[in-house]
Amino acid sequence: MATRASEAESFGYRLWRYDGAPGELIPLLQSAQEHFGYIPRRAIKYISEVTSIPESAIYGVITFYSQFRLQPMGKYVVRVCAGTACHVSGAKLLIETLQDELGIEVGDTTDDGLFTLFTVACLGCCSLAPVMMVNDTTHGRLTAAEVRKILRGYRRQAQAQGAEAGSAAGSRA
Amino acid sequence: MKSVLVGMGTCGLSAGAQAVHDKLRELLAAHADAAKLGITGCIGMCYREPLVEVRENGRRVIYGGVTPERAAEIVARHVLAGEVLEDYVAYDLDGDAPARGSETGFLGVQERIVLRNCGTIDPESLEEYEAAGGYAALRKALGEMTPGDIITEIKNSGLRGRGGAGFPTGMKWSFAAQNAGDVKYVVCNADEGDPGAFMDRSVLEGDPHAVLEGMIICARAIGASFGYIYCRAEYPLAIKRLEIAITAARERGYLGRDIFGSGFDFDLKIKQGAGAFVCGEETALFASIEGERGMPRIRPPFPAEKGLWRKPTNNNNVETYANVAWIISHGAEAYRRHGTEKSPGTKVFALAGKVVRGGLAEVPMGTTIRELVYDIGGGIKAGREFKAVQMGGPSGGCIPAAMADTPVDFESIPQTGAIMGSGGMVVLDDMSCMVEIARFFLDFTQSESCGKCTFCRIGTLRMLEALERITRGEGTPEDIPKLEQLAVQIKEASLCGLGQTAPNPVQTTLRYYRDEYEAHIKQHTCPAHYCEALVDFHIDPEKCVGCTLCAKNCPVDAISGKPKETHVIDHEICVQCGRCITSCNFDAVYKH
Repeated sequence: MATRASEAESFGYRLWRYDGAPGELIPLLQSAQEHFGYIPRRAIKYISEVTSIPESAIYGVITFYSQFRLQPMGKYVVRVCAGTACHVSGAKLLIETLQDELGIEVGDTTDDGLFTLFTVACLGCCSLAPVMMVNDTTHGRLTAAEVRKILRGYRRQAQAQGAEAGSAAGSRA
Repeated sequence: MKSVLVGMGTCGLSAGAQAVHDKLRELLAAHADAAKLGITGCIGMCYREPLVEVRENGRRVIYGGVTPERAAEIVARHVLAGEVLEDYVAYDLDGDAPARGSETGFLGVQERIVLRNCGTIDPESLEEYEAAGGYAALRKALGEMTPGDIITEIKNSGLRGRGGAGFPTGMKWSFAAQNAGDVKYVVCNADEGDPGAFMDRSVLEGDPHAVLEGMIICARAIGASFGYIYCRAEYPLAIKRLEIAITAARERGYLGRDIFGSGFDFDLKIKQGAGAFVCGEETALFASIEGERGMPRIRPPFPAEKGLWRKPTNNNNVETYANVAWIISHGAEAYRRHGTEKSPGTKVFALAGKVVRGGLAEVPMGTTIRELVYDIGGGIKAGREFKAVQMGGPSGGCIPAAMADTPVDFESIPQTGAIMGSGGMVVLDDMSCMVEIARFFLDFTQSESCGKCTFCRIGTLRMLEALERITRGEGTPEDIPKLEQLAVQIKEASLCGLGQTAPNPVQTTLRYYRDEYEAHIKQHTCPAHYCEALVDFHIDPEKCVGCTLCAKNCPVDAISGKPKETHVIDHEICVQCGRCITSCNFDAVYKH
């Protein structure tokens, strides 16, 4: 596990490079999120110290933009497209199916930390509607049954990875 | 030597182009003397992705719907044995001969100025862009023209902003040029937030240098030395291709100091959006670049006078910049030969929704809706009826099928109550409920409202609540006049385009589909059989296999049936929650 000091250093490189140029707050926040997976409280503190922007103002910017997360996300981030073309092609049904399959509402993470569910306004793949992204993979031309199959596939993948890690640890013992 | 090109835009990748590319690389590794493998951007035939082109001696054969198996066939038969697989050919272009293939209706009628290189060149190669004539316009602009000449040429071309507002571009540039200042900025709005629009994404992924060249020429014209491309974070591939292009352009000397020895300096940077639709509004965009909450600012002063960091700024859309180099190279006269008198040139449309052939179509201004939906789009999917076309995203409106002969340009479309917008065109069929479409857009604009203006912040919420009540069957006759009144008030009292146009979907649907609103309110029915609260759920005996999943998931036990026998829903008990539809793996549950 990385210690707090080393975590600060790796994200710290960007902070260290900060030269007072205006307009750097959003790129810094994006870099923090890429590093930590979300924006933890201490990242806000570091940015505030380096840029002299008050923490409250930083918090205001974070909560304005939908990209920024203040909570850690699941292993698989599911983004269902809720754009116009996907909407008329049945996105609502997919969202309900996903909520049902995962047992969570949009915006939440499953208790086992595997899946986080969001809707996005438009992914720009309208000809493949309805579309969802799981991390960086886009799945198109979906039906309710397809969606369940895809999610179960990811669940199995996670279990397999967990089993591998478990057996690797066991063999080292 | 043949070239084998795989379409690797986001659509292609989502449809499976990476697997096809990997397979081709594996198969062609042993035949380096026969063929060279490359990538290209999106040619616009999104409905036939993944696409693979085999190019030789100027003949381009584009195969559609390619799988790794079919890719193997293409290598064995076409690449190695020279035999074209006629059955899989989407488009076959050989010099001046008439085009052949199954998709000539889609590609054949387009006039591609903005998309000139998309699907033709490797977007990650500056050499290919130059070979296609790229940066010749910049050379001409710096070597043979004064900044004033450049502005005159753009003015004469009649180019109007392609982001939606249609403001004359040459005039906009002249304002920024006139305003004194040693620091000026050129900004490209690549935030493309309209749901259903993906024109800018395809240009950025397929021909990023076209946008850069346009921006550099603009900077020369107005006297700017730095620029920004504000690109939404939901377009990671576009950002990546832009970064590659910027690095290459810098190395070649198209960006940086003393470009071509002209004494002119210009460089630019990408700023990523962070997920706010309102940042597509230019003053909110500037606020975002400045590191603040993306809230619009009052105009005047306009950006040409005081924009980014209060300096004279020229802000244009991706598509607008993509036209510039072509106009400088070919001249204003040539540009005016396309389109109409008041709306010269072409426009890229993103056709999506219930149309058979969805993708990008670049057509001359003045093309009718009918031509776009039927000739290019191939008509309505699944043999259903064409009901309306939704244009202009959340700022736009719905135009009924009866008005399909309306030409698409800056003059005719606003007369219908809609706007042309940035080019998103979603086709709707008889199964679309127009009240629900209005609700959908209000849901979007309500959540994207920045909150600065009271009427937008609260007014859109009240409109949304009214529409939700109506689609749930709880609407009252007072809801319609209330919606109409709110629409007028929100438009008048909003600072920016988001609030000023948020009521458009409601106003246009009320104008053309009042009867649907009344059916929801007075008869508690949804004529399109869409709104769940107002329809009954049924199980199709042809499709039901008796798996009992629906019955097990029904929260009110409204479904009865024995295993392996057709199940039945009791409408008296059913509460229209929809769980049966989501549980069924056989698509046997439907609404009527």
